[in-house]
Order: sequence, then C-alpha cells, then structure tokens
Amino acid sequence: MKLFQRLVPWILLAIALFILPAALDDFRLNLFGRYFALSITALAIDLIWGYTGLLSLGQGIFFALGGYAVAMNLMLNTKSLAGGNGIPKFFENYGVAQLPFFWQPFWSPLFTLIALWVIPAAVAGVVGWLIFRNRIKGVYFSIITQAALMVFFHFFNGQQKLFDGTNGLKTSTTELFGQLVGSPDMQVWFYRLTVLLLPLAFLVCRYFTSGRFGDALIAIRDDESRLRFAGFNPVPFKTIVFLVAGALCGISGALYTVQSGIVSPQYMSISFSIEMVIWVAVGGRGTLVGPIIGATVVNYLRSLVSEALPEAWLFVQGALFIFVVVLMPDGIYGWITKGGFRTFLAAFGIAKKSNTYPQLDKEAIPVD
Amino acid sequence: MELFFSQILDGLSIGSVLLLAATGLAIVFGLMGVINLAHGEFMMLGAYVTYVVQSAFKPMGGVIFELYFPVSLVLAFLVTALVGVLLERTLIRQLYGRPLETLLATWGVSLILIQLIRSVSTAMMLGIIVGVVIGFFLSKLLGAKFSEKPFFTYLNGLGWAIAIGLGLIAVNVFDQIRPLSKAWFGPRNIDVTAPKWLQGSWGAIGGIELPGLRIFIILLSALLLLATFWFLNKSVWGLRIRAVTQNRQMSNCLGIPTDRVDSITFGIGSGLAGVAGCAITLLGSVGPNLGAAYIVSCFMVIVLGGVGNLLGTVLASLLLGIIQSVIGSGTLLTIFPDMPLAAKGVIEFFATTSMSLVLVFIFIIVFLQFRPNGMFPQKGRSVDA
Repeated sequence: MKLFQRLVPWILLAIALFILPAALDDFRLNLFGRYFALSITALAIDLIWGYTGLLSLGQGIFFALGGYAVAMNLMLNTKSLAGGNGIPKFFENYGVAQLPFFWQPFWSPLFTLIALWVIPAAVAGVVGWLIFRNRIKGVYFSIITQAALMVFFHFFNGQQKLFDGTNGLKTSTTELFGQLVGSPDMQVWFYRLTVLLLPLAFLVCRYFTSGRFGDALIAIRDDESRLRFAGFNPVPFKTIVFLVAGALCGISGALYTVQSGIVSPQYMSISFSIEMVIWVAVGGRGTLVGPIIGATVVNYLRSLVSEALPEAWLFVQGALFIFVVVLMPDGIYGWITKGGFRTFLAAFGIAKKSNTYPQLDKEAIPVD
Repeated sequence: MELFFSQILDGLSIGSVLLLAATGLAIVFGLMGVINLAHGEFMMLGAYVTYVVQSAFKPMGGVIFELYFPVSLVLAFLVTALVGVLLERTLIRQLYGRPLETLLATWGVSLILIQLIRSVSTAMMLGIIVGVVIGFFLSKLLGAKFSEKPFFTYLNGLGWAIAIGLGLIAVNVFDQIRPLSKAWFGPRNIDVTAPKWLQGSWGAIGGIELPGLRIFIILLSALLLLATFWFLNKSVWGLRIRAVTQNRQMSNCLGIPTDRVDSITFGIGSGLAGVAGCAITLLGSVGPNLGAAYIVSCFMVIVLGGVGNLLGTVLASLLLGIIQSVIGSGTLLTIFPDMPLAAKGVIEFFATTSMSLVLVFIFIIVFLQFRPNGMFPQKGRSVDA
C-alpha cells in the first residue's frame, strides 16, 4: 500500500503524458492542456488563500501579464503578421509608427521566458508589500486586490495604441520555430510542456508550505495578531508568498494563452479572478492536491455544460459557489481526507463510526 | 466655468447614486462584517422593478403615468429589501463569522440573479415554483419519517436534488407552450423614460442650468441619507443596530435579538441599493450587467470612507463621483487651456471614463498608504479594529 501511494503521482503523470494524448482528439487534448495550465493558477491561489488566508480577487492581473508577455514576443517574431515597418500590423490601425519602448525587449525569446514570470512576480511583490505593510487584511485585502484588478483591466482595455485594447493579442496565427502556434502539432507540445510544469509548480508549492516557512504561513492564516505578538513580522512572509503566487500565475497565464490562442483584457475581468478562487474551494483548500482536482473538474464541467446549454452555466456556477461554501467548505479532496466520506458511509451503517466525539466536531465554531 | 459647474453637478449626481448604494453596503458591512457581492445585483433588481412599474403604468397614460416614478421608488425599496431579507435568512446566516466565504457565496448569488434576469420567462417561474413546492413537500415528508436517522441530512439533500430535477423537467415542459416561453426581459438593455416633470431644466442659478433629473437624484439621496441617519440614531431599532455593531456578544447578552437586527439591517441595506438602481434608470439604459459597473466603486467608497461612518461614506462617494466625472470628461483641459504640456499630456491620457477609474483607484491605493483605515477610522482597542 505504501509503495502504491508513492507510485500514484508517477502513474498519474504517465497517464497525462502518454495515455491522454492517444485517447483524446486534438480539441479535447487542447482543453485538458488548458485545464492543467489553469491548475497552476489554482495552486498559486491555494498557496495564498488556503495556506496564508489571503483571499486575493486579483490574480487575473498576474495571469494576464504572463499571457501578454508571451503574446508580445510571438507577435514580434512572426514575419507574416508584421506591417510596413516591421512591427505588428495592428499598430497601423491606430497610426502608431514606432514600437512602444516597453515592447522592445520582447524581441528576445530569452528575455520573454524570464519576463513572463519575473514581471508578474515584481508587480505582485510591489502591490503586496504596499498592502501588507499597512496591515490591510481580511475582506479589505480582497477588495483592494479587486480594485487593482480593475486598474489593470481598464488600462489594458483602454490603451489600443499599446496593447490593441479589447481585441487582445492573438497568438494562434503567430509562428514559433517556423510552425503556426495554433497548429495541432504545436498544441501537443504545449500540452506536454504544461503537464511537465504542473508537477514542478506542485513541488514549488510544497517547498513553500512545508518546514518553518509553511508553519509561519499557517500561523498567519489562523491568528496573525498572535504571530505578531510572538515577535514575528508577518509582512515579509506575506509579501514573499504573494510574490511566488504571482510568478506561478504568470507562468500559468503564458501556458494558457498559447493554448487558447489569444490573450485579452477579459483575462482580467472580475468574474474570471473570482472563478479561480472557486476552483480552489471546490477542490479543497489547504491541500495541494485539491486545487488541481478543482481546476480540472470545474473547467471540465464548464465545457460540458456550456456545450449542452450555454445559458445554464451561470446558474450552475452560482449554485456551485453556494453549495461548496455552505455545505462542503473543505472541498472534494478535503471531504474525503478529513473523514467526510467515512461519516457519509457511517450514516448509512456501511462503515464503523469513528472513535472521536462527533458532537465536539459539530460544536467547533470556525474561528476567524 | 459653466461647463465646469455642470460637470460638478454631473459628478454630484453620480456620487449620489454611489452614496445610496454604498450606504446600504456600509451599514451591512459595519454590522455583520459581511461583504455582499450581490449588492450590485440588488441595484439591478431595483432598476428592473422601475421598468416593470413603468410598463404597468404606461397604458393609463396622462397624469397617472407621470406619477409612476414615486411608486416605483417605493416598490423598488420593498422588493429588494424583501429579497435581501430572504437572502440573509437562508444563506448569509449560515456563514456567520466567515466573511471571506460569504463573499464567495454572495458572488454565486449575483451570478444566479444576473442569469435569472436574462432568461426568466413565465415557464421558468412556474418551473421554479414547482421545484420549490416539491422540495418542501419532500423534505416535510422525509422529515416526518426519518428525521431521527443518521442519514437524514443526506436523504434530505437527495430529496432536494430530486425536486430540482423535477423543476427542470417542468421548465422544459412549460417551455413547449409558446406564450409561456417568451423571456420577460431578455439579455438586452432596457430603457426607462423619465416622467415629464423630471425632464428639462428646473430653472437656473447664475446662468447655470439645473437639469431636473440630476437635481432630483441629488435631493433623493440627501433625503434618504437623512432618513437613514434618523433611523440609526433616533429609532429603537437603530439603537439596537448600533449596539450590535459595537459589540455583538454583549448586545446579545443584554437581550437584543441580534438575528432580527441582522435581518432588518440587511433588508434596509438591500432596499437602499434598490432605490439606487431606481435612480440609475434615470441616467441611461440599464441591463443585467449593471451591478458590475457600480459594485467596485461602492467598495472603494467604503474603503476610502472608513467603516460604520456615514459622514465618511458621504464624503468618499461624492469625491469619487466628482473626480470621475471631471477628469473623465476632460473638462479640466477646456477650463485651463494653457497649462504646462506635461500636465496636459497626463490629463489627456486619463480623459476617458475607464481611464478616470484607473486614476481614482490609484489615488485610493496611494491614500491608503497614509490612512490605512480610511478617512474616519473606527476607534477601538481590540487588535483587529
């Protein structure tokens, strides 16, 4: 049994790498690639919400920044999309003759590979530090991250001359290594890349949540004031973890962009960022497996429902929010591991009752 | 200069709408620590109530039609307050003491409300009624027989799932009947025509026209603010609300029915949002997505003004409204044509509605660096106050 448990992650990885590409058609495989890319965002949100108790409603910023970094590089390096003076065609529509200065470094693929996670991390670090050093927390933190999201959304949405505004940057028609990014071959490669990066992101999150650093994060979540009175300064911890989450979101956004074929300000819409949180809640926050399950399951459900009944999705999503928050606060994974499933079986007399005192569990009031 | 004043007036009227909505949000937040993300959708509900009332009054025509607006104000308040109380009783009460979870759950509610307004039809309404009736019936039936059994919770859940399924089937059946399946509002925007006495100008002061609509909105919000102030400070329930806001446990010990205080406060807060939505219909066409445009600004008002302080809410919302309208319209440039080039460039850059929002939010984040608890922070000695 022990051996089996050790093997499970490898088996799952092998299935994702070899069996899924063989079993699914190109379209479905691409969808799964996107789900796994979004799972990285879910992991990042779990890091800051599940472990540190910071409910950020603005992770879309970092997600989109990563996406824009990749898209800018691809746009610049595609000859067929270039207009008269060697810069992407859409600039001509707005009468821009010269490439804006911040586009310049994105000619270099190496710079882009670094920028797509460093820029979101830097933005997250600055925003986080400004908020945390004032001891803004709880609901206030959520509101302010949402306001920051609106700032970025309106900025990217309103600046046609800089980012093509609402239209966003299309990557599916760009070229990489002489091949169309939107072509099935390339998509399979992006899928493999995503499948390999997801476990890496998992390991990064495990590194940060284990050991003394992880203990500090959990202490911040459970009682920040007490941690402060014990002589710790929570600001660096929170800033670092927010920064790491920002970097992960950037990577996730880049992977998602190349697979969905476009990056647009819609990635910074309020609803998308809140959706990200619910993936974590559905999967199980405070665990690292939960977010991956949640992101995949919720997005798969979304594809299914939207294909069958596009109008019904908002109802389903809304009901999901309410259901998970009220009845299943530990999420799917938490429900299974924390004994919810056993209680369920015991209620029907299938399994033995546990030896704890259930009434104690019932009376425990969540401290916030 | 006249242009400037008319922009200020514009800003004041936008600020007054914000004020109406934010007051409701602020009272609820101060009392229960609950952030209600569905608040914007309550505004939307208020706007749609106005639309319905207007449509109902239209055939009567003449003088009676002119009076539809006051009626719709009252009805908008009552309907949204009722929905608010319902929401508090069923959902928010379950999540007491978990503000972040409440935030997510109310977001779920807002999604459902948006889609409901988009696709509600007589068939859907009948289906919902069928589902709810069957649900309660099953739950009663099962409760009578199995309420002592350990698996009752799960059985009850199963019962409700069956009820929802039957409700869905009912919706599909009713949908086959043509007149029932027509959507009431549809996803498109709706327009409310303001009554004649609100259109046009209400006279002029010093050569500046006073547009009736805007003056009316400003007066309305001032009146409601005074009413809220009176209610909170002079009435018995207001006293109780203030007591619970200050110290919930001690109030509870002293015999104040805190759960009823919660319900009433939530109802009033939602009702104010409904009135705000009613006022918004005067400013332009409204659609199901109306809430999203206002909700973030409302939160900003609360953050800027400080919690549980009406004066802060007033100042913050008027400030936000004026900045947004003056900067967003680029009036500064026409008033001061010969300002330095750098300043001109900056102002031009922010001179659209969305970019002025960017400026306002940046301003707020900078402001919070100096006053993290808003303009008028709550004084207290507890760690988290």
